[in-house]
Amino acid sequence: MNKPVLPNSFRTGPDAAGRFGTFGGRYVAETLMPLILEVEEAYKAARADESFETEWRRLLKDYVGRPSPLWFAQRITEHLGGAQVWMKRDELNHTGAHKINAVLGQILLAKRMGKKRIIAETGAGQHGVATATACALFNLPCTVFMGATDVERQQPNVFRMKLLGAEVVAVTAGAATLKDAMNEALRHWVANVTDTYYCIGTVAGPHPYPMMVRDFQSVIGEEARAQMLEATGRLPDTLVAAIGGGSNAMGLFFPFLDDESVAMHGVEAGGHGLEIEGGHAASLTGGRPGVLHGNRTYLLQDAEGQILEGHSISAGLDYPGVGPEHSWLHDIGRVQYVAATDKAALDAFQLCSKLEGIIPALEPAHALAHVIEYAPTLPKDHIILMNMCGRGDKDIFAVAKHLGVEL
Amino acid sequence: MSRIAQTFAALKAEGRGALMPFLMGYDPDLATSAEILRGMPAAGADLIEIGCPFSDPMADGPTVQLAGQRALKAGATLGGILAMVRDFRQGNDHTPIILMGYLNPILSYGAERFCADAKAAGADGLIVVDMPPEESQDLAPFATAQGLDLIRLIAPTTGDERLPGVLRSCSGFIYYVAITGITGTRSATSADLAVNIPRLRQHTSLPIAIGFGVRTPAQAAEAAKVADGAVVASALIERMAASLDAQGRATPATVATVLGDVRALAAAIHAG
Repeated sequence: MNKPVLPNSFRTGPDAAGRFGTFGGRYVAETLMPLILEVEEAYKAARADESFETEWRRLLKDYVGRPSPLWFAQRITEHLGGAQVWMKRDELNHTGAHKINAVLGQILLAKRMGKKRIIAETGAGQHGVATATACALFNLPCTVFMGATDVERQQPNVFRMKLLGAEVVAVTAGAATLKDAMNEALRHWVANVTDTYYCIGTVAGPHPYPMMVRDFQSVIGEEARAQMLEATGRLPDTLVAAIGGGSNAMGLFFPFLDDESVAMHGVEAGGHGLEIEGGHAASLTGGRPGVLHGNRTYLLQDAEGQILEGHSISAGLDYPGVGPEHSWLHDIGRVQYVAATDKAALDAFQLCSKLEGIIPALEPAHALAHVIEYAPTLPKDHIILMNMCGRGDKDIFAVAKHLGVEL
Repeated sequence: MSRIAQTFAALKAEGRGALMPFLMGYDPDLATSAEILRGMPAAGADLIEIGCPFSDPMADGPTVQLAGQRALKAGATLGGILAMVRDFRQGNDHTPIILMGYLNPILSYGAERFCADAKAAGADGLIVVDMPPEESQDLAPFATAQGLDLIRLIAPTTGDERLPGVLRSCSGFIYYVAITGITGTRSATSADLAVNIPRLRQHTSLPIAIGFGVRTPAQAAEAAKVADGAVVASALIERMAASLDAQGRATPATVATVLGDVRALAAAIHAG
């Protein structure tokens, strides 16, 4: 732990301009610029204040149920016959996913800033539910922007958000999915500057959001690192996490970035296959750099620079961009990015349910799909640690439909 | 002297402000938008803003969003819009053209090539909505090298500490966003303008145009009086959209409606 900081540390970003290498930044209209500079200042001040950290940690422990357990998935390991498969159980968090970690941090920040209401975007609805939950706890009015297509696909989460007291706005602009919900949230924020805080759900958006959400989600990797050392006396060999915007992966990876022996694999949504334009949501392995939603990053776009709709069986992964820090880690080769198809994720979803008694969300089912392919090629003393970042309750209707089962 | 500077100087000598109507290139189709563009100077446009559509226009309200979607559906590309400008220049050498859009299509086109092609086509300035001064490194050097003005948005929320830096990076004119919000959703208030335009004048000698909340001839006249020009976008697009048929196609009324509105705006500004 007392190792000197390596001069080539991977953990020093972003720079003052919010950049990870050439990625990130603050590509927003002037109308928004003063707001994000204000968030950045407030975040710096909060991090320097011990009481902020103490309150956040208290909420994580007593409200969320952290630390989440580290689980050795023995039956899956035996089934695959290669590397050991371990799972960081963030699906056991209150609200059922990792999203709540960063939401609570951001809501505490919003309160410090004196903001009176919260807005958020959501795709599958997990971030919306987490935000609505925190707003109920702190008695703050909450408006969640959700693409009209997603509202239709994710009725249970829409109902949850409403139960929690949030207003859900169905966004019909554009293709009416996650990216359009984010556009609409940004527009709403600009028009309601003085009293509103925008709680972004992933490690994307203008600086400081990618840094801030990563910092909060790093609780996953910090816990996992200590738990793995305690359980096995050593670090894992390979980390695996699913990537949409990339918040759960960034949270797991970041504390390990300077551990040279630890390999990392980010798993994007391969949808119907990377060879099909518009058939996947793999921005890193199937896109190219551009500017969207305030940051320079890998994007799904056509030859004219118009943004494409991603496709994935998982509504939490079909975002056409990815966090800028992932783009940087991809370019410098510190993290390997791969893709898993809808079909592989569905198979993993069922296997995990049957062998471990854990119904995973479709997002980590993509991570597991990669593990299923990779683990058998490795020796039995190799340790794979994957992030089980969400539970599958929200997905059972969609999965049933894909399997041809009527509920 | 650039076309933009010449135009503002001439209007100043005349003692009136500029009318700067906006049209989205290719909305609802190439031929109709090109015809509107050609007709605008005679209808009273002093400068013209051409919108370059983007799939994710995060600073725009529903009216401009829909215009962009229609344009993209009609096959709009940056190259196509530059060709529109080139054709316009065949018959007009004096009305400044400002291209307004988002950064990603420009980066995709190639920033250096885009600036060269825009200049060659006869464009005079660029407004890149999601490119604040802090993020100009990929485009500004090429725009400057081509003599294209880089026009900046200034918002009511742009504070005094930030203002000088933003203004320093600006050329051509200042685009003052008259509302805290997105395009076409609210109207500018006289009280805000009375405070903020003099505040800007303390820091810049560039002309100031007001946009994002200017809808009626009366508002345009007031904006052109308080500042140096008025941009009208959503109000014109709404009327154009209302003239389309059920399939979203242009009708015989489309061009006439928009140009008639431009005439009314110009008349109000000229009456001062």
